[in-house]
Amino acid sequence: MTMRRLINLKRVEARRIYLTYAVVIVAYVICQVMSSTKFLSSSMRGMLVPICAYMVMAVSLNLVVGILGELSLGHAGFMSVGAFSGVAAAVLLQGIIPFAPVRLAVAMIVAAIFAAAAGFIIGIPVLRLKGDYLAIVTLAFGEIIKSILNNFYLGVDSGGLHFSMLADTTRLLPGGKLIIRGPMGISGIQKIATFPAGAILLFISLMIVFNLVNSRSGRAFMAIRDDRIAAESIGLDITKYKMMAFVTSAALAGAAGALFAMNYSTIVANKFDFNTSILILVFVVLGGQGNMLGGIIAAAVLTILPEKLRGFSEYRMLLYAIVLIVMMLATNNAEIKDFISRFNPFRRKEEANS
Amino acid sequence: MREKTKYVPVPSTTILPERDAERAPVLECVKLGITLGGIKAVEDFNLTVGRTEIVGLIGPNGAGKTTVFNLLTKVYQPTTGTILLNGQDTHGMNTMQVNKAGIARTFQNIRLFRNMSVIDNVKTAMNNEMRYNMASAILRLPNYRREEVAAHRRALKLLSIFDMQGVADVPAGSLPYGAQRRLEIVRALATNPSLLLLDEPAAGMNPSETADLMDNIRKVHEMFQIAIILIEHDMSLVMNICEGICVLNFGHIIAKGTPDEIQSNPAVIEAYLGRKKEA
Repeated sequence: MTMRRLINLKRVEARRIYLTYAVVIVAYVICQVMSSTKFLSSSMRGMLVPICAYMVMAVSLNLVVGILGELSLGHAGFMSVGAFSGVAAAVLLQGIIPFAPVRLAVAMIVAAIFAAAAGFIIGIPVLRLKGDYLAIVTLAFGEIIKSILNNFYLGVDSGGLHFSMLADTTRLLPGGKLIIRGPMGISGIQKIATFPAGAILLFISLMIVFNLVNSRSGRAFMAIRDDRIAAESIGLDITKYKMMAFVTSAALAGAAGALFAMNYSTIVANKFDFNTSILILVFVVLGGQGNMLGGIIAAAVLTILPEKLRGFSEYRMLLYAIVLIVMMLATNNAEIKDFISRFNPFRRKEEANS
Repeated sequence: MREKTKYVPVPSTTILPERDAERAPVLECVKLGITLGGIKAVEDFNLTVGRTEIVGLIGPNGAGKTTVFNLLTKVYQPTTGTILLNGQDTHGMNTMQVNKAGIARTFQNIRLFRNMSVIDNVKTAMNNEMRYNMASAILRLPNYRREEVAAHRRALKLLSIFDMQGVADVPAGSLPYGAQRRLEIVRALATNPSLLLLDEPAAGMNPSETADLMDNIRKVHEMFQIAIILIEHDMSLVMNICEGICVLNFGHIIAKGTPDEIQSNPAVIEAYLGRKKEA
């Protein structure tokens, strides 16, 4: 029968989801053991949280690029909205919530809400566009967010919150504190982001994305990606579902931004520029669009790689590019895929069955 | 609400089948027309379709048949005329709202969600009858499970009409051609339409596949008791299953009637074969 040789999507998808969860948990345990036994160098230990943040970014962008099928080039913008609002929330809550992990969690939730709001506002004009135009406009909005945050001043004193644009005209009362200082960003951040917190955020993001994809909303996203006209003809509200995916993705990016920012003592808006957006897009494309595990692995490899290549000094970026190209070939070449799948115990059993 | 009295169709329309005469028609088009790029693609299109009627829409290439479908489903907004669906004016509605109001369609060039499984294609079409929200999906609350199980059962049942439950988990894009055409019909049916539009369902099929399709359309018509409009070039199919036929040429209706009337209509013969050269 020719029918039986067709791939069974249900089994493949379920296996991929469990494999992703398993890899994340195993990797977390290994990293945790290695860092507590001092097996990891201190520079590597310092990279654990940013890696987690980039992984969450890859997962969240994958929802827009891989599942919804729209190219977004301004994802770092949502990350910066989350970073700034999250850190500001953490600073304001310092006296109210003394326990750091809870403060971090609350800050990440605040960050997610602010980034989601930004995603919604930007989504209204952006999601009316398609394809290349949408990509260009998201790029522009990413830059707009960066410029706004570069000129944003936020201070707090006994009179409450004060903010101003372009120049510091907040006129704080004595004893007040300027939190966001325009182009200087936020400095003196308490480093409350921890590796376990990052791992939990990644796990929650994966759960949100996987559960969303396997629901009516997720089916609607994929239907819009596969055929917009047909999706409309069966009564799907295209704008609503696009917005849902976009806002969810922005919220996750915001939480990741807060995590990322609270790993450093200083954070500036210029950190989240076009290059960062492209870097996140590279994770997604390299890992395979719609493939969460691939994106996570790509995020880890491409964050560690530049550090590991430091020994090659001036050849560093050259090697980085070569590794990128080799990875791309390896993940897209049918013969190499075939070769790798020979070592996959599941695959062989399935072939024997058919 | 309309009373269950003898329905009097709009004067310019055709006769409804006997069994639908007592009920309000599912579709009434009055003086429907559209201008595309300065050309009147469809003009003065009047059609009434009975509650359970099968209507054929035929005509030479470029006659405006698919344009009529696009007007009915609001892919194009008509420049003139009105469309009444179940007695409700569809003016100002978009494709999505028209589907919710009861029109489902298939496409001339198959438009499936190719990377999704067969059953997900059908379940996607049931989206509007599901009620659970995003939070219950993410947290896997009981109402998510209940509705998903119900949708899964109903999707399998719909697939079983065309004997496709065996390929439920296969990517839709990898199905053979005929099965893709059938899946498109199943997907359209999953939206609970009162009017089904089939755009060249037999295109690219061999005679035995066409015969199967004919049985399938009859089966669907019997099971769901809905109205069907089909565009088709295969005359054996049209003449066999349609109760009313409407012939379009250059955007105008040139004939309306039963299959027998159409076959002997001189205007139709001329549209298809051309006029005899005058000596």
